[in-house]
Amino acid sequence: MKAFAELLDRLVYCPSRNGKLKLMSDYFAATPDPDRGWALAALTGSLKLSLPMRRIVRELMERHADPVLFELSRDYVGDTAETVALIWPEPESQAEPPSLQEVIDALAGADARTGQALLETWLDQLDATGRWALLKLATGALRVGVSARLAKLATAQMGGVDVAELEEIWHAIAPPYESLFAWLDGAAEKPEIGSALIFRPLMLAHPLEEGEIEELDVGDYLAEWKWDGIRVQISGRDGEARLFSRTGDEISHSFPDIITNFAGNAVLDGELLVVRDGDVAPFNDLQQRLNRKTVTKPMLSRFPAHIRLYDMLFAKGEDLRELPLEARRAKLEDWHAANQSERTDLSPLIETKNLEELQQLWSSTREAGIEGLMLKRRDSPYLAGRPKGHWFKWKRAPLTLDTVLMYAQRGSGKRSSYYSDYTFGAWRDGPDGAQELVPVGKAYFGFTDEELAKLDRWVRNNTFDRFGPVRAVKPELVLEVAFDAVHPSPRHKSGVAMRFPRVHRIRWDKPAVEADRLETLKKLIVR
Amino acid sequence: MASVESWLYPQEAGLFCKPGGFYVDPHRAVDRAIITHGHSDHARPGHDRVLATPETLAIMDQRLGPDSGGERQGLRYGEELTVNGVTVRLAPAGHILGSAQVVLEWQGQRAVVSGDYKRRADPTCEPFEPVQCDVFITEATFGLPVFRHPPDRSEIERLLRSLATFPERTHLVGAYGLGKCQRLICLLRAAGYDKPIWLHGALIGLCELYQSLGVPLGPLESATTANPRSLDGEIVLAPPSALRDRWSRRLRDPVTAFASGWMRVRGRARQRGVELPLVISDHADWDGLTRTIAETGAPEIWVTHGREEALVYEIERSGRRGRALALVGREDEDE
Repeated sequence: MKAFAELLDRLVYCPSRNGKLKLMSDYFAATPDPDRGWALAALTGSLKLSLPMRRIVRELMERHADPVLFELSRDYVGDTAETVALIWPEPESQAEPPSLQEVIDALAGADARTGQALLETWLDQLDATGRWALLKLATGALRVGVSARLAKLATAQMGGVDVAELEEIWHAIAPPYESLFAWLDGAAEKPEIGSALIFRPLMLAHPLEEGEIEELDVGDYLAEWKWDGIRVQISGRDGEARLFSRTGDEISHSFPDIITNFAGNAVLDGELLVVRDGDVAPFNDLQQRLNRKTVTKPMLSRFPAHIRLYDMLFAKGEDLRELPLEARRAKLEDWHAANQSERTDLSPLIETKNLEELQQLWSSTREAGIEGLMLKRRDSPYLAGRPKGHWFKWKRAPLTLDTVLMYAQRGSGKRSSYYSDYTFGAWRDGPDGAQELVPVGKAYFGFTDEELAKLDRWVRNNTFDRFGPVRAVKPELVLEVAFDAVHPSPRHKSGVAMRFPRVHRIRWDKPAVEADRLETLKKLIVR
Repeated sequence: MASVESWLYPQEAGLFCKPGGFYVDPHRAVDRAIITHGHSDHARPGHDRVLATPETLAIMDQRLGPDSGGERQGLRYGEELTVNGVTVRLAPAGHILGSAQVVLEWQGQRAVVSGDYKRRADPTCEPFEPVQCDVFITEATFGLPVFRHPPDRSEIERLLRSLATFPERTHLVGAYGLGKCQRLICLLRAAGYDKPIWLHGALIGLCELYQSLGVPLGPLESATTANPRSLDGEIVLAPPSALRDRWSRRLRDPVTAFASGWMRVRGRARQRGVELPLVISDHADWDGLTRTIAETGAPEIWVTHGREEALVYEIERSGRRGRALALVGREDEDE
């Protein structure tokens, strides 16, 4: 538990991806089984602990701390579990703190009452970092800035294997992953996948930057629309089906409408959408269906889920991934003809004669409410990860708006000395009729290092107020901001929220009074 | 017998001893001042007459130059002096080099002004000496039970372990220039770290002063004039304000650490953008405060700057009289 606690403590403060990878792979190399496997399970969110921690923590404190001192402390610290970890007396006994294995074993079988007793015992044996880590672990969500993918990558790095290999077997193995670590240590063969319905790692596309399209021979590619949903994989056999997100998380329970309508022995790749009467609903509608523990009937009828299929990895147990895309597409079409369902259709191929026609289609995507185009090499095998030169996503041209820089905050990691996070605003009529700026978004990228240095200087020289780490700057610098879309948002003062905003150009030349107005932005809202 | 409050009380300029005619750590220039230690929120410039330990006077000299005060008088720990009938003695406070508690006796009553203090062993200064008294005036920087500093050694070990994990990255450690910086160096030396330690320019003068006052610090180098590449894998100390500012840009991908009691609270560490928070403090933690209050035997405790609400509550809970003393000009220092 001590080594795990120290790992979490380092991870939570570590700003860089490489730093996190190093911390994790060092830990996996130095920690014996089964603790390292349990740690991997915790980091990948594969542990299902569900104790009523709010109640447990409250009751523990009622018994162990003076209520006035606890309240004052909590106010200062700002987090109940952390306050408990800090305020708890230091261990007096030299009892060995529990191992991660002991903790997880015992908690898995515990209810609220026994769980509380267990935590009490362990809190008495751990130091402050250990107590903090224990409470984090028991809540089931670590939140230390590590994605499941990153934890897997660190594991693969530790064993010197490609993460795609690990992803391939991931869903066939279970915590504490002793077979996995035995393989990574070189002490055993790679674990067998068997015949379970498991997630197969996806093939991802590279973004196509401005001008790069001219370098492609469009005849070598199949083109499709780029759908604005989430990437999924559906896997079925013998009347059973499972739905996975692009990271391999099983999301079947959120989509019973998809699962019950799926029949067939196949592994398919597609886009999960909400489709009403044949029309794709906005992404916001799909969001209503994501991350739900339970799905209500009204939800199912208001936001009907649908999969638009574009690739086939397995057919009747046969691995198709080595075949060229065109051959897989033909098999997909055959399969779909035989397995029609009202919840699936095929992502149509776009026929174009030449580059000009394709470019015209691309230019019309925004008007058509489509995110862009996908270009996939006709001969591309299905490769895990993001292999170069096979698939491209060609996003529609962004919207832009001239905004005024209002606040700046320092970044993290490499940028921690630079004011690199910018809040920008648009003009509107203030209550007294005078023009005022209202924040419309935040951007962290889109500029070169050179521009960043210049922006940083400008912020320092034009600060008129500070709130903690934030500097308020004179409303004098115009930032041309690019963004993919804008949506109504009651949570923001401006009433709108931008999707993927970034700094497009810094308009050193443009007077701030000539920047855009909020109304202009609101007109860009679709629907 | 009149209460201590009748002869020792806060005034606009600070805590005033009426029969003695002097202030303790006044926040603006006065006639006559006793200074507990050299930190800038206690040792202000421009007093006509200053009484302090010889070490504190030396520190004030270095930091304030010609503004360090008019007539300056040194008083060693344990020596007694009578000022207008008030007996004055300085007792070690264990906070930084030269730091003192001011022990005042008048008409059979004894009050102790602690200034800032800690109970942890510190290789750079004399250990805190508990003094029996009628009124003990304590600081409360870390006056909440969540503040309990771990052993220094384990924090230093964490720093050295991080160096082993990231041997190619500079470890940039933010440390308050007076006291913390030198203590950190001594702790590193005690842990066996004997490589040169690299210093931001603002720290060099005070380190030299400590060495001249008999605190050995081992090999030190200037980080400001060094080739940044030669700092890869080295320990660099800098004042907290330089951690995330232009100065630190010369370092390639440093691990930013910060040695401070505030690092106990995650929100504070995150606010600072610190990658490796080290809980090393020159102030008493909660246990240190409550233990000290008990050891002075004082029935009455006055609490100055910090989180006084919780500490006053705790004092009353333990059957003593507690009183929050509002003094102007004290800040939560970067300690």
